[in-house]
Amino acid sequence: MTQYIIRRLIAAVPVIVGVLIVTFALARAIPGDPCTAMFGEKATPAVCEKFNIDKGLDKPITTQFWIYTQDILRGDFGESIRFKRPITQILIERLPITLELGTAALVLALLVGVPLGVISATRRNSPVDVLTMIGANIGVSMPVFWLGLMLAYIFALLLKDTPFQLPPSGRLSAGMEVIPFYELFGWELAEGTFFTKLLEFLGNFYIFNSLITFNWAVLADAIKHLILPSLALGTIPMAIIARMTRSSMLEVLGLDYIRTARAKGLSRWNIVMKHAFRNALLPIVTIAGLQLGLVFSGAILTETIFGLSGVGRSLYEAITARDYPIIQGFVVVISVGYVTVNLLVDLSYGFLDPRIQLD
Amino acid sequence: MSKVAELPLDDAGIGNISDYRSNSLWRLTLRRVLRQQSAIIGLILLGLLVFLAIAAPIIAPYDPDQVLIGVEDVKKRESPCIHILGCSTDKTQHLMGIDGNVRDEFSRVIYGTRVSLRVGFVTVSFAVLVGTLLGAISGFLGGWVDNIIMRILDVVLAFPFLLLAIAIVSVLGPGLTNAMLAIAIVSIPSYARVVRASVLSVREQDFVEASRALGASNWRILFGRILPNSLPPLIVTATLGIATAILDTAALSFIGLGAQPPTSEWGAMLASERNQVFSAPHLVFFPGLAIMLTVLAFNLLGDGLRDALDPRLVHGAKK
Repeated sequence: MTQYIIRRLIAAVPVIVGVLIVTFALARAIPGDPCTAMFGEKATPAVCEKFNIDKGLDKPITTQFWIYTQDILRGDFGESIRFKRPITQILIERLPITLELGTAALVLALLVGVPLGVISATRRNSPVDVLTMIGANIGVSMPVFWLGLMLAYIFALLLKDTPFQLPPSGRLSAGMEVIPFYELFGWELAEGTFFTKLLEFLGNFYIFNSLITFNWAVLADAIKHLILPSLALGTIPMAIIARMTRSSMLEVLGLDYIRTARAKGLSRWNIVMKHAFRNALLPIVTIAGLQLGLVFSGAILTETIFGLSGVGRSLYEAITARDYPIIQGFVVVISVGYVTVNLLVDLSYGFLDPRIQLD
Repeated sequence: MSKVAELPLDDAGIGNISDYRSNSLWRLTLRRVLRQQSAIIGLILLGLLVFLAIAAPIIAPYDPDQVLIGVEDVKKRESPCIHILGCSTDKTQHLMGIDGNVRDEFSRVIYGTRVSLRVGFVTVSFAVLVGTLLGAISGFLGGWVDNIIMRILDVVLAFPFLLLAIAIVSVLGPGLTNAMLAIAIVSIPSYARVVRASVLSVREQDFVEASRALGASNWRILFGRILPNSLPPLIVTATLGIATAILDTAALSFIGLGAQPPTSEWGAMLASERNQVFSAPHLVFFPGLAIMLTVLAFNLLGDGLRDALDPRLVHGAKK
């Protein structure tokens, strides 16, 4: 197993190097030189010469790539043109929003999609099955940005003043305040250290923060704000997961050992959950892992609609403002995260199905 | 193309030669596709969309870019006016209302069908062409060529789909053509992988060996023998790919990187009115519904084709 993990980790290295090369090349290929992008009208030849020397842009392209790689390995993604702040700091503030949203969407997709798929497969051709599959087909065809806007219209306007009213934007209601757990616990933090940054990062997960500080009012409000965006973001993965669960379960339920289990007189629950589901799990996990890419892509659209300042919306704003360092930094972080999750999905196969010999 | 003989049996179980029917794989596939409800719905929807696209100038009451100020007594973002639903007959009928620039929304949605279908077909055709070439070369030649091509494609696949498309468009500049190109580039690996996998399995078969023994060139074997037999999975992937291409191009337009105003592209139409969702929901609802129905048509058809072309599902084991 250890050998397999090491082998897979080594195999991921060229892909990550490739990702770095692509983002480096994309940033260099963007029309206009970085100096003009950074300073606009103030980009005089003298200013640009100094800027190019400072940023190492006067050096050969291979040296530039080496500097770029070293910076990224140190966690230094450069400085945003628009905000004049380190991109790492922006990531610390905004990545938790996207991760919180993405996790909520995936959890929702799994919690609803998997049971629906299992029920559909066990009651094949029943009204439940037909309805689920119609719903799943419509679900995978729905543009996430349209669904988001329609959900906001329904739950914020049509259902206004009913118990189902939900907020259409933001992370918290006006007047609600989140005190980071490290401040509440009175921890003295040294400025600029990795540990401080990690705590700041964790503190920006509102749900996690309010859970460990027992702030139930904030927790309830944060969850309320998260429902619509995660529903919008989670619908397509939910539909895909439901379809995959159904087809994977149908394949397993048709196998001989299930007939044997039935012949032995085992209960329906026992057959479906213990015998069939466990063996149908592998394609479900694979497809759920792959949904992460969809969730990241969807986050760009969902956060824009629901006014959440996560990585997705920041990326959208960076594109409109031509803030190239942010585009480059965020694309690297998201892609490396995506590669890592796919790697974890690969590694999970061995745990889920002991028949797979990873060694 | 491979021929499949269906030999109906008489009561004694002996084949009746006079009833012999020879069917091409495509005719069989069509028959199997037509046996599936979802595929039929997909085909009908698609047929309707193609008809709308072709007959747009006849069906749409206005030019999609025509501003109705001074032409009719209509206001910006007016709600739909449908006579049979009670709208006063004194007013001109506008099935989907009026948009923010005082244009007829219905005409724009109808013309949008042309844009979206073109986006889907052109994008996927380009991606299929390049992907097939790369996949075929990779699978057929193997060795270091295969290794290099596949590793490059792995890197492309390492990026979330829309994210890479966004990065590419930010280099190329916003616009529908660039958005289509970006979507095509990021979808190349899927087609290349499908073709490579098919080539790898087909190239080991006896008829390829026979062609080689007859002295056929590598080029002829690849394009004359192997590729035509690798087509079924490619067709399924491409049909489903059209759905994704339409959806993602609309998404790029929605964030301002795809079609630019005044193009009547559904994603762009939705984006320009998204802040009015509470006051004029019809301007968001109809373009979105149009995207959904178009994507649904290709998804249903793609699923139907997959089931029809999958040999494991032929004998009643359909899922």
